[in-house]
Amino acid sequence: MEYKPVLQTLKRIGSWIVFPLLSVGDIVGRKTGRNMPRLTLAALGIYLYIYVLGSTGVFNGYVMHIINLSLIYVALAASLNLINGITGQFSLGHMGFAAVGAYVSGTFTTLLFKLNPSVPGAYLVFVGAIVAGGVAAALMGVLIGFPSLRLKGDYLAIVTLGFGEIIRTILNNISYVGGPRGLLGIPKFSNFTIIFAAAFLTILVIRNLVHSSHGRAFLAIRENELAAELAGIDTTRYKVLSFAIGAGFAGVAGGLFAHLLQMAHPTQYGFMGSVMVLIMVYAGGVGSLTGSIIAAFSLTFLSEGLRGVLDGLGELTNLPLGDLRMVIYALLLILIMLFRTEGLMGNKESKLLMLPEDKR
Amino acid sequence: MKRALLIVATVLAVFGIFGCAQGGGEIKIGGVGPVTGEAATFGVSTKMGCQMAVDEWNAAGGLLGKQIKLIYADDKGEPAEGATVWNKLIQQDKVVAIVGTVMSKVSLAGAPISQAAGIPMISPTSTNTKVTEVGDYIFRACFIDPFQGTVGAKFAWDDLGARKAAAIFDVGNDYTKGLSEAFRDKFLALGGEMVAFEAHPTGATDFKAQLTKIVQAMPDVVYVSDYYNDVALIAKQIRELGYTGPLVGGDGWDSPELTAIGGAAVENGFFTNHYSKDDTRPVVKEFVAKFKAKFGSEPDALATLAYDAMYLMLTGIKQAGSTEGAKIKDALAGISLDVVSGRVQFDASRNPVKSAVIIEIKGGQQVYRTTVNP
Repeated sequence: MEYKPVLQTLKRIGSWIVFPLLSVGDIVGRKTGRNMPRLTLAALGIYLYIYVLGSTGVFNGYVMHIINLSLIYVALAASLNLINGITGQFSLGHMGFAAVGAYVSGTFTTLLFKLNPSVPGAYLVFVGAIVAGGVAAALMGVLIGFPSLRLKGDYLAIVTLGFGEIIRTILNNISYVGGPRGLLGIPKFSNFTIIFAAAFLTILVIRNLVHSSHGRAFLAIRENELAAELAGIDTTRYKVLSFAIGAGFAGVAGGLFAHLLQMAHPTQYGFMGSVMVLIMVYAGGVGSLTGSIIAAFSLTFLSEGLRGVLDGLGELTNLPLGDLRMVIYALLLILIMLFRTEGLMGNKESKLLMLPEDKR
Repeated sequence: MKRALLIVATVLAVFGIFGCAQGGGEIKIGGVGPVTGEAATFGVSTKMGCQMAVDEWNAAGGLLGKQIKLIYADDKGEPAEGATVWNKLIQQDKVVAIVGTVMSKVSLAGAPISQAAGIPMISPTSTNTKVTEVGDYIFRACFIDPFQGTVGAKFAWDDLGARKAAAIFDVGNDYTKGLSEAFRDKFLALGGEMVAFEAHPTGATDFKAQLTKIVQAMPDVVYVSDYYNDVALIAKQIRELGYTGPLVGGDGWDSPELTAIGGAAVENGFFTNHYSKDDTRPVVKEFVAKFKAKFGSEPDALATLAYDAMYLMLTGIKQAGSTEGAKIKDALAGISLDVVSGRVQFDASRNPVKSAVIIEIKGGQQVYRTTVNP
């Protein structure tokens, strides 16, 4: 793989697929005065772009794997952003919801139906299992929402932290799903197409939600809960709703994650996992979906890119630079937060993710 | 949007430059271990072991007339990172084989990728039986969990002359549970009697309730399959309750911390391990001396098993006479080789059939006691 032809192919495919689609979206968007066609076609363009590069081998399996992981993180970060950024609640147990989704969908595909990816129709059952995982996670969001959402700030953070740990401990003790060994032998169903679709759907739903009357209620709660309540907003109901939706999408992401790695292990869904997603939300910008997308991609690619760069530099200088990867990664995070305290995007949104009349 | 695409393209270009520097006359072997994270010391030891084997082979003229290049990657002890690393080594670096990794859960994330790509892998230290069940390209260099329990029971019956045994284990940890169950099964099969079989919860620090029951049953030997920190506490508490007989355990005991915490209480303790640095076989003596000269420290079990795994892999490639995955796999399946941790042959499920050593805690030191064959 040489570097020049890669760039050329990138350009060529870009000019064939992405830009025509974008301009069609632009025209339709301008005619109808709406942003949806633009957003959908832009997403379609990006999807086709990466898909073509992946299937022609310009992006090898490694790059595609990182893209898949990034997209799963997009869904996780965006759904946490709904809870933390848009509704202004502080959840520290997001991976707990992802674990519910992973284990429920994994139980369906692996233990109950013993699906084989090569059997026709198996894919539909898999999609059903992912949805079931999302629904189970959403129910779990409601379940912990009712008793705990009367709490605020730090207290809520501690409750959600405890919830994440409880999920992990319960999974450790159910031998039906493998206990401390993890749920193994999950068939590999997740591919770029379904992961992209799920990430896009997450973004789309949350974007539309923010611009609906429900979304206004979420934002009102974030800005001033007391004032929102005085204005007649049932704050508990909306907080539970926000938790349920965020948890549901986290569950979907968790299910796709398990079917990508072909296993689910309780330790994957611990506190550190939740913190990783939290970092993405804050590094991207609280309340900005664009920020969550950019942060999910750049942090995942950064972690892997540093591996390549440091190994390369280490080989040139004959120093063990590769061992410093996580140190440099952490340093870069600190620098981002020092110099852009509001996150990469602040609370700005890409034009694509706003309503046309919503220009800021 | 255009700017975003440009950024993505730049990132990928950086990848391309550093990821794709192709070496000509080299055979690339991947190594994986957790160099950072909770099991970082394991990953560092594993890296040393792999590096030493590769350097030795390169000094002796390489492999199939080419030099060997070890590409070692960090998996952080996390399954997700493991899957990424496996994809990188196979797709990006185009390695012909992989030696890794330490933790079973991470090996289980990498194994399906190896199997699907037809790249043979040997895990040096993943003891979970499920790892090699993933497929016929997956091997391991260490014995599996149940084997240690079996060896422990045999040792207790033959060498210690025990006829009544008791066991205590962590109910939330498959490793200690599996060891204790295997011990019980073998001990009963030998004609012995299990007078107590007690579970304790994960994270417990007070074991008096279970230990009182065990001591009252008056066993000749107590099997303690926990990790060293729990073992030290259990040993202290059981000695306080008046038990003076031998304690037997598995490779979870292998840490200097055991005697540091346990002190005199862990004396008269024995555990099964992969190898002992005091073993008198020439191959062991030579390895320990060379390792000390190279890294300035004594090799632990992880470095030894990584060295063995790499040695097995390189021998497999040499015997196959090719870097094709399918041929290497077949060569490995038929291999029979004397390595540091014993003579290795693979059984039908690609687990090594090899001996274990028994180490005794004597005067605060780990002393080689005997070698037990399966």
